[in-house]
Amino acid sequence: MTTINAGAGPSTTSRGLRPSLQPPVSLRCSRPRRAEKLAYALLVAAAGVSILTTVGIVLSLVLPAIQFFREVSIVEFLTGTSWTPRFSDQAYGVLPLITGTLWTTAIALAVSIPIGLGAAIYLSEYAAPRTRTVFKPVLELLAGVPSVVYGLFAVAFVGPVVLNGWLGIEVQTFSVLAAGLVLGVMIIPTVASLAEDAMSAVPRALREASYGLGANRMRTVLLVVFPAAISGIAASIVLGLSRAVGETMIVAMAAGSQAKMVTDPLEGGQTMTGFIASAALGDSVQGSLQYNTLFAVGLTLFVITLVINLVSIRLVNRFREVY
Amino acid sequence: MAAVTAETPSATRPLTAAVHGDRSMTSLAFLVVLWLCLAFGILVLAVLIVNTFLEGRERIDTTLFTNYTSQITPETAGARAAILGSAWVIGTTALLAIPIGVAAAAYLEEFASRKSRFAHFVELNVQNLAAVPAIIYGMLAAAAVVAIGIPRNTVIAGGIALALLILPVVIVATREALRAVPQEIRQASLALGATPMQTLQRQTLPAAVPGIATGTILALSRAIGEAAPLLLLGGLVFVKFDPNGLLSGFTTMPIQIFDWASRSQAAFQQVAAAASILLLFLVIGLNGVAIVIRNRYTTLR
Repeated sequence: MTTINAGAGPSTTSRGLRPSLQPPVSLRCSRPRRAEKLAYALLVAAAGVSILTTVGIVLSLVLPAIQFFREVSIVEFLTGTSWTPRFSDQAYGVLPLITGTLWTTAIALAVSIPIGLGAAIYLSEYAAPRTRTVFKPVLELLAGVPSVVYGLFAVAFVGPVVLNGWLGIEVQTFSVLAAGLVLGVMIIPTVASLAEDAMSAVPRALREASYGLGANRMRTVLLVVFPAAISGIAASIVLGLSRAVGETMIVAMAAGSQAKMVTDPLEGGQTMTGFIASAALGDSVQGSLQYNTLFAVGLTLFVITLVINLVSIRLVNRFREVY
Repeated sequence: MAAVTAETPSATRPLTAAVHGDRSMTSLAFLVVLWLCLAFGILVLAVLIVNTFLEGRERIDTTLFTNYTSQITPETAGARAAILGSAWVIGTTALLAIPIGVAAAAYLEEFASRKSRFAHFVELNVQNLAAVPAIIYGMLAAAAVVAIGIPRNTVIAGGIALALLILPVVIVATREALRAVPQEIRQASLALGATPMQTLQRQTLPAAVPGIATGTILALSRAIGEAAPLLLLGGLVFVKFDPNGLLSGFTTMPIQIFDWASRSQAAFQQVAAAASILLLFLVIGLNGVAIVIRNRYTTLR
């Protein structure tokens, strides 16, 4: 009967089990467990979804992008300084969008790196456990605020009230500066959270050795803990960078929709994500060259963030291995 | 340190304490700077909430919930279609993301051997997908549903986009929750003759539920506020009907806010702020629930 077959064959469910959990051979199930095998297959399939997602992303971006690059040369796309796909005099140089993204990202990182790391050092090295359980979730709420709410905040408050009013900086209605500042606030928790994990993972012995040698708390933090956690801190910055490059709604609402080489942060400019958002809302026909520009820019964005992510993954894996 | 030196007679106190101690000027200044960094983040959050509330409070009324949006009368425009649309899309997202995410995490954490190349590749994919820009998921979902013959601007397409977006978050949170379950529970279950799958289903997963719930609620609260991927589905901005199924057209709260905010009349800005208050309320509430669950179960263990 089937009992013999199942008993003789290897049990699928325990094949991949860790050695410590492997049941002794003699206890292998004596009757077929079809439901068990089915459940295992479903788990593997669910894990496979993430691979399918990556493949799907690549296909859905590359196929229309190939259409686009049949009509526009890659060299013109990557080096052109004029982006006017919607005008009668069409030009497809992606550099204006890249300068827009560079400015908003640079401003965002200028805000989030010092403030995020400062908050991380405080929470990891100075705050009492109780203080930490209160302030950490509050800080993380900054990352939970919907990006459209941030966008509204940037246009209605940060631009006109804070920059124009309180600080007397003459920004335009839509400005790269206001968008970048708010974007920076949004990624403070991204930087702080991972950096705090990295610093908390530094063994206590290192700190105590430093105190034993007579260093005070500040010197211990800056000269012992910070360098020991550097790869995790670097990863937190790289992750923040990737978030800043990919964020859409804040820049779509606050940075403006005019694609031009951005030289002055007080003016507006369009980012890669901002272009995708506004082009998606437009009425271009599916399959047309105008529509395919979306995917050419999307592919550029994906490749940029992919490179950033792979760097960050390496850094994270390294700091996890050290301690 | 300073307390110890204070008790000893002044003759034996290190001469450099004023410069190198924890109470020296530079140390205190450093601490103040750190404290300001934390305070800045919390202050901005407070200003954002207060500002949004002040701008939108006059439009927090019943018409916001019962009326559809309008292009001509912003004073009575409501978010009815958007509220229902958000509920439909988030429901679909949860139904897709939670089972797939938990199953994938269970495979990676409980079954995959350390040497499995497949598992390593899946892990690399999950790590990368976690940081792929949200808007890219919209492009993927649009292409995917069109490929199987479903229109882009449907609830199911929105659900797929947001589910794929939060899947890495659900997987990572579930793995951490499973990792926190003591190994003895698994060994005891296996020793009593349970199969690995029964162990997962009856022991490991139930023990990990609080952690999974925390991570999933946070992920869903992110999905509720996300607009970028849904923009790519097209035709979602002006919806004046209740969504009634997976193939129905829809709009969501963030998209409705985006649309209102991009109009120039002040009354539209006001209703955008009012809808933002609802969204903030919802997101803060969900975060609060997640934190309560996390705190309750971490103190017990």
